[in-house]
Amino acid sequence: MYEIISKKVLNKDVDLMQIKAPLVAKNAKPGHFIILRVDENGERIPLTITEVSDDLVTIIYQKLGFSTRLLGKLQVGDSISDFVGPLGKASHIVNEHKIIGVAGGVGAAPLFPQLKEYKRLGKHVTLVIGARSKEHIILLDDYKEFCDEIYIATDNGSLGQKGFVTDVLQTLYQTHTYDHAIAIGPLVMMKSTVELNKKHGIKTDVSLNPIMIDGTGMCGNCRVSIGGKTFFACVDGPDFPGEEVDFDELIARQSYYKDEEHICNLGLE
Amino acid sequence: MIIKDKVKMPVLNKKIRQTNFEEVACGYDIELAKLEAKRCLDCKNPKCIAACPVQVPIPEFIKLILEDKLDEAYYKIYEDNILPAICGRVCPQEKQCEGACIVGIKGDSVSIGALERFIGDYALDNDLSKNETIIEKNIKVAVIGSGPAGLSASASLRRLGYDVTVYEALHDFGGVLKYGIPDFRLPKNIVTTEINKLRTMGVKFEKNVIIGKSITIDQLLNEYNYQSIFLGTGAGLPSSLKIKGENFSGVYYANEFLTRVNLMKSHTFPKNPTPVKVGDNVAVVGGGNVAMDAARTAKRLGAKNVFILYRRDMDALPARLEEIHHAIEEGIDFRLLKNPVELIGDKYIVKQVKCEIMELGEPDKSGRRRPIGTNKYEIIDIDSCIISIGQLPNPILRESTDKLDVDDWGRIKTNVHMTSIDGVFAGGDVVSGAATVILAMGAGKEAAVEMDKYIQSKKQ
Repeated sequence: MYEIISKKVLNKDVDLMQIKAPLVAKNAKPGHFIILRVDENGERIPLTITEVSDDLVTIIYQKLGFSTRLLGKLQVGDSISDFVGPLGKASHIVNEHKIIGVAGGVGAAPLFPQLKEYKRLGKHVTLVIGARSKEHIILLDDYKEFCDEIYIATDNGSLGQKGFVTDVLQTLYQTHTYDHAIAIGPLVMMKSTVELNKKHGIKTDVSLNPIMIDGTGMCGNCRVSIGGKTFFACVDGPDFPGEEVDFDELIARQSYYKDEEHICNLGLE
Repeated sequence: MIIKDKVKMPVLNKKIRQTNFEEVACGYDIELAKLEAKRCLDCKNPKCIAACPVQVPIPEFIKLILEDKLDEAYYKIYEDNILPAICGRVCPQEKQCEGACIVGIKGDSVSIGALERFIGDYALDNDLSKNETIIEKNIKVAVIGSGPAGLSASASLRRLGYDVTVYEALHDFGGVLKYGIPDFRLPKNIVTTEINKLRTMGVKFEKNVIIGKSITIDQLLNEYNYQSIFLGTGAGLPSSLKIKGENFSGVYYANEFLTRVNLMKSHTFPKNPTPVKVGDNVAVVGGGNVAMDAARTAKRLGAKNVFILYRRDMDALPARLEEIHHAIEEGIDFRLLKNPVELIGDKYIVKQVKCEIMELGEPDKSGRRRPIGTNKYEIIDIDSCIISIGQLPNPILRESTDKLDVDDWGRIKTNVHMTSIDGVFAGGDVVSGAATVILAMGAGKEAAVEMDKYIQSKKQ
């Protein structure tokens, strides 16, 4: 069992938890993820590691599906059944100077360790962060601690520019240049960011979160088409060059169990 | 006198089978077991033993059944095979012990597997465990993977007095016995009970640890001070068909499909929240045990039509005979001499499979007649497709371990069970590629002997 050491409600849909998992913390690097099971019947769900300190692993999750909602019901002192990692390949940190990170919604969580790593290496780091509304923007204060520039977009205009992250980017690109981009968020957001960046000659790394079971390269559920070849996001990713990702295929694969998810959620009402 | 016909094992009614995951083969009771045991000729030069990967003294344990000494029969098997209840169920006996049985020349072979299972089950029902005196060596060794190879290695190492820790990547122990083989063929409580026996023996089990990620081989040797390591990580990476449309939704690798059902219990959805869906028409590609397991599982999940697509003919099917018989009884439709060449979809969801019709040519290297394409095609409407054409070793270990030599298929290279890293041994599917439970167990047992020799030689 893995104990919940701290919990912070970031907004009505998103929580942060620190879990005691020394073996995961020991070898974790930016970009790695974990798989957890809330209880002994639980689904195996993948989540990117936001931060590690000593024995503790920080995860941030959106209470969208059955298992994340179940996780959200737990409190400090409770334990979860299983917590395994670090999984996947560590992020590919490129040797470029002007880095732009683009976060959509809860994607701000997996982006965080990557941008922090770039800053640690002395790079110039810009963040473009977007969400539905002001309350859905997460980790802003933490990003403010190290980012050189921050731009915000909300769908309803309650914070920063009204619109999508791509609207902000379009304005930015008129006056600024960047050497490399990382975009993490909903698939549609990553797809449109990659398309826009391509026009401006900026390469974009994306972090994919397809459906997974084991997370160790065994089931193949998480397969993605990258440049026409099949890769397993769990062992070959989760980071991939955005220009080569077949987003439409992935969007379809992601929604295959939508009806079943709904049935599960009904059980929680 | 030779009795030509074997005593048939009772099986679950085939109509009931399609609605549940209960075990199909019900096993012998003592009367049936004794009737069958009488058929053994107790040969002077028993060919069955030589054909068994772990050399179980078969005629001896069969004789003990006839003498009503069932406890002793169990201990006799246990010396060479720690998992008789499992091997009795999943070994390809017709290719091993039963294939070599003299009685089989003129009639049915002695049902050695069924008798082994009978004794294994008797031991489980009566909670038999051999009181073994273990002389502690106080030397730490690690076993990576809790599948058949790892379990067998850990039992042998523990008996030799080592302090054994087994590391498992998943949240449950047993490897392929838990995630791969369905309940209707191997009930999971048997696996759990056998593992608990090893715990009683003093073997330590750690779950949720991925060697290569959570702890590296280097860390195990240098920080955790294991004197030797056994790698029994199996063959978990599914082989792909490499055809168009393989990434459509509704196309599963057998590993995913079976893991959803066996490990995550998705047949009880939504009680267990991991879903699985197959639809009405399911194509299973392949002809091995995994393909039979996938097809029979799909049927139990409610599929109306399940087709096995196999590019050779019935005689060449690599699956155990019993599984093929049960699959036929359960209405699995064998579409032979069909080779899938494309999966056709709509909006990224699979709808059809296009197969080339094959014919058989001259025998190939495997001795089976080579399938040759005819340039004629057939299109079958499907709702899902399960690809079961084999597995290769998982890449995590080799990608995270610099000096670990592997061949072109990713199989670990060994020399008398030792890998290219001093003190690190390997056995089972990770060395041989996907094979059988008993071959992996044999490799684990032999590797344990080599590990002991290695540790002893270092002490001098």
